[in-house]
Amino acid sequence: MMPQEVSEIRMLIARHKRWDVVFGILGLVCLALGLMTFVTLFVDMLLDGYNRLTPEFFTSFPSRRSGQAGILSAWIGTTLVMLVTAVVAVPLGVAAGIYLEEYAPSNWVTHIIEINISNLAGVPSIVYGLLALGLFVYEFGLGQSIATAGLTLALLILPVVIVATREAIRAIPGAIREAAYALGATKWQVVQGHILPYSTGGILTGVIIGMARAIGETAPIITVGALTFIAFLPPSPVGSEFPFLSFEWLMSPFTVMPIQIFNWTSRPDPAFQANAAAAGFILVFMTLAMNGLAIWLRLRIRRNIKW
Amino acid sequence: MAEPKPALDTLPIKAAARRLNFYYGDFHALKTIDMPIHDKRVTALIGPSGCGKSTFLRCFNRMHDLYPGNRYEGEIRLLPDNVNLLDKGVDPIEVRMRLSMVFQKPNPFPKTIFENIAYGLRVRNVNKRAILEEKVEEALRGAALWNEVKDRLHEQAFNLSGGQQQRLCIARALATQPEILLFDEPTSALDPIATASIEELIAELKQKVTILIVTHNMQQAARVSDFTAYMYLGEMIEFGWTDDIFIKPTNPQTEAYITGRFG
Repeated sequence: MMPQEVSEIRMLIARHKRWDVVFGILGLVCLALGLMTFVTLFVDMLLDGYNRLTPEFFTSFPSRRSGQAGILSAWIGTTLVMLVTAVVAVPLGVAAGIYLEEYAPSNWVTHIIEINISNLAGVPSIVYGLLALGLFVYEFGLGQSIATAGLTLALLILPVVIVATREAIRAIPGAIREAAYALGATKWQVVQGHILPYSTGGILTGVIIGMARAIGETAPIITVGALTFIAFLPPSPVGSEFPFLSFEWLMSPFTVMPIQIFNWTSRPDPAFQANAAAAGFILVFMTLAMNGLAIWLRLRIRRNIKW
Repeated sequence: MAEPKPALDTLPIKAAARRLNFYYGDFHALKTIDMPIHDKRVTALIGPSGCGKSTFLRCFNRMHDLYPGNRYEGEIRLLPDNVNLLDKGVDPIEVRMRLSMVFQKPNPFPKTIFENIAYGLRVRNVNKRAILEEKVEEALRGAALWNEVKDRLHEQAFNLSGGQQQRLCIARALATQPEILLFDEPTSALDPIATASIEELIAELKQKVTILIVTHNMQQAARVSDFTAYMYLGEMIEFGWTDDIFIKPTNPQTEAYITGRFG
């Protein structure tokens, strides 16, 4: 090749590479915009609420005096509601996902169900709240309880869990599935011995992402009638007398973190704004912690899974 | 071969395809195939890509039943009990309990070496530790892998090399004492050295088990098999002693493929 031609090729490459640089910078700016917004919000909340982040803040009930108000009933309410949500949504969602991937015949009924599950994930949460108000609160008579809220949020995240389960199952190579069937395994043996263990990481990630969404939901919880001011705790789930476990708490009135925050931000006294900021910081922290847990679990489980 | 070959119809038969047709939906993939599988011999299926050799192999353990829209016609008789493997009344799981398969790419489970081999036994409700250990060792020895892995049975199988993984898959298939061992291009993802060790293994295994192997590599068919069947466009063109197929094929199509003028 002539030196002349080589220098032409070099110029051509240099010109093409310019677009790499342009796109690199553009992407970086977009990333920075998104990230900076979040960091600013987070830091702003931390600065506003910093003084309120004391141990007493976690162990005090809400109060008319801003300095004595805390989030005890809110964080316990959130934790219990999340517990109900997880206990209901995980088995239902995982079972539905496995059914759709492994058992369902490929016909138009299945296709309609598949399409609608994706649609359900996009239904506004207030609609779930209205459904729950009619169904759980009035029809089933569960009242304005932790059980109602947990079931409502479980409905809300069910599509997320189902979709995550199906994605995780689909990531398992067909060759692995065939290897198991070729040894004479039944469908259930394949699900139990292979499909479930290999998809656990992906399923957990989906569950936690769903939970992280549910933890911040306010609209459906208000619709089903969570209280905004509550100065007592639900009955303890563990007792000192036989049978040691009690489920009375399920029927107890409650409040959750986002509602507590909403309540404080609507007070005229600016001192409550600091409480709201502190509680907001804790809520964001809870969400981040859940996402962190999801990442950690996924890495841990996938370490032993390769194909 | 110096000694005269016995006549084909005097040899014991392990299985036979009779007027076998197979359809992927509307696509007629196998066309009226008749072929014997001789007992404790290696039978190779050769032919160009898409000729239906893998499809034929996967009929034997009813792998096609895993996917919708597939249809068999005709029979594959398994001896000595003369059961038709393709009969609607025969559970594909029963068929897969009797015949094992080794796949194109090594596909160990993401489990330990031990659990990979024990899995077939566990499916058969063998759960006693001592029995499992004994059978796992036996299978690993059978697949010429025992010496390489005996000190790391509880390590993950994917830490093994490609060739070792494929021998692990052979051990997994052997552990359940199959009547026929089906190989679907078992060396196509392996390097020449690993390929040689698998071929050696196949030659040893035929003393104990009947083998049916699909290969796209004609030299491999010539090296490992006693019988060869040449397939083209879903039809069985010629079946016979491997020597005869490679040295004096009777069908001009077979000759064209063997000599490399076609395929």
